[in-house]
Amino acid sequence: MRELAEHILDIAFNSLEAGARRLRIEVTEESAADRITIRVIDDGRGMDPEEARRATDPFYTTRPTRRVGLGLPMLAQAARACEGDLVVHSRSGEGTTITAWLRASHVDRQPMGDMAATLVTLIAAAPEIDLEYQHEVDGRRFSFSAARARELAGETSLAHPAVARWLREYLDEQLHALGEARPTSPRAPAAESSGTPTVEREHEPPRAALPQEEN
Amino acid sequence: MSETKTLKSLDDLRRLREEAHRDIRVREATGTKIIIGMGTCGIAAGAREVMRAVLEELDKENIEAHVTTVGCIGMCALEPLLDIVQAGGARITYGKVTPERVPRIISEHILRGQPVEEWVVGRTTSFG
Repeated sequence: MRELAEHILDIAFNSLEAGARRLRIEVTEESAADRITIRVIDDGRGMDPEEARRATDPFYTTRPTRRVGLGLPMLAQAARACEGDLVVHSRSGEGTTITAWLRASHVDRQPMGDMAATLVTLIAAAPEIDLEYQHEVDGRRFSFSAARARELAGETSLAHPAVARWLREYLDEQLHALGEARPTSPRAPAAESSGTPTVEREHEPPRAALPQEEN
Repeated sequence: MSETKTLKSLDDLRRLREEAHRDIRVREATGTKIIIGMGTCGIAAGAREVMRAVLEELDKENIEAHVTTVGCIGMCALEPLLDIVQAGGARITYGKVTPERVPRIISEHILRGQPVEEWVVGRTTSFG
C-alpha cells in the first residue's frame, strides 16, 4: 500500500465482508502529539478472542469467509514502522474495532493519500450501508454520513456514477479545506507524553489517554 | 489562496437526484455488470483508481452498468482485475488493468461488444 487511505479502504472491506451494516471510520491528526490515529469500527460478525489475537498474523487467514487476510498485518507493520501500533478489539456477533496510530512526522510514514477516492469506492461498493466518516485535524472536524447523503439523494443510488462524481468532488473539497487549516508552525514537543500512547490493555483506545482538545 | 470560497454543501446532492434518478432503476436491472477485485492484493495494485476510472467513464458516456466489487479470487499477480458480465454472455476477466486502459475496455467491450482480447486473462461461461 502506498497510502494510509488505501490501508483504510482495505480494512473497511474486511468490515463489509464481515457483514457490517454500520461502518464508522475516524482519522484524527494531532500536531501537538505528532500522531495520526485511524479507527475503523464495524458491527459485522466480529471475531472470537483467538481469531482477534491472530488477526495481525500474516500467516493466519479465514480464507473461506475472508474476514481477515494480509490487510491487517500490513497496516500493523506500517504503524509499527512509525513508532505506532495497531490493536484489534472484537467480539463475536457484535463487531470489530481496529485502531492504528503512527507518529505523524516519522520519515517512513505513508502519506494520508486520497481519502475521497477511498470513501467513494466504499460507497459505490456498498451504497446501502451506514458509512460514517470523521476526520479531525487539531480539533477541527469534518463529518460525513452516507445515511444523510442517501436521504438527500432520494431514490437515486449513491452508487450512481453521477452521484459518485459529485461525492468525490464534495469530499475532496471538504478534506482539502480541513488540511489547509493545518498549522505550519514547527511541532511543539509534547509535554505530557512521549508522543506514542502507551496502550497496556487491548480495550483502551489511545485517545483515552490524551487530553481532550476541543477547539 | 486566502480568498473565501464557497464549499459544496451536502444539501446540493438534492439537485443531482433530479438528473440522476431517471436511469438508476434500469441501471440496477441492466444486463451489464462490472466487477472489480477489491481484496488486499487488488487495492495494493491500484484497484481504487481503476474503480474511479470506471465510474468516471460510465458517467461521461452515460452507460448503464452495475458496478460491484469482489475480494481476492486467487489471481493476485494479475491484479487489478476487472470482470465484465453481459446478459447471457461469458464472464470476461481483464488483468493488470490501469485507469488508462479503462476507456478502451468500456468502449470496445461494453459499447461495441468486442472484448479487448490482448488484455483478457480469463473467461468463464455464465451459468445464468
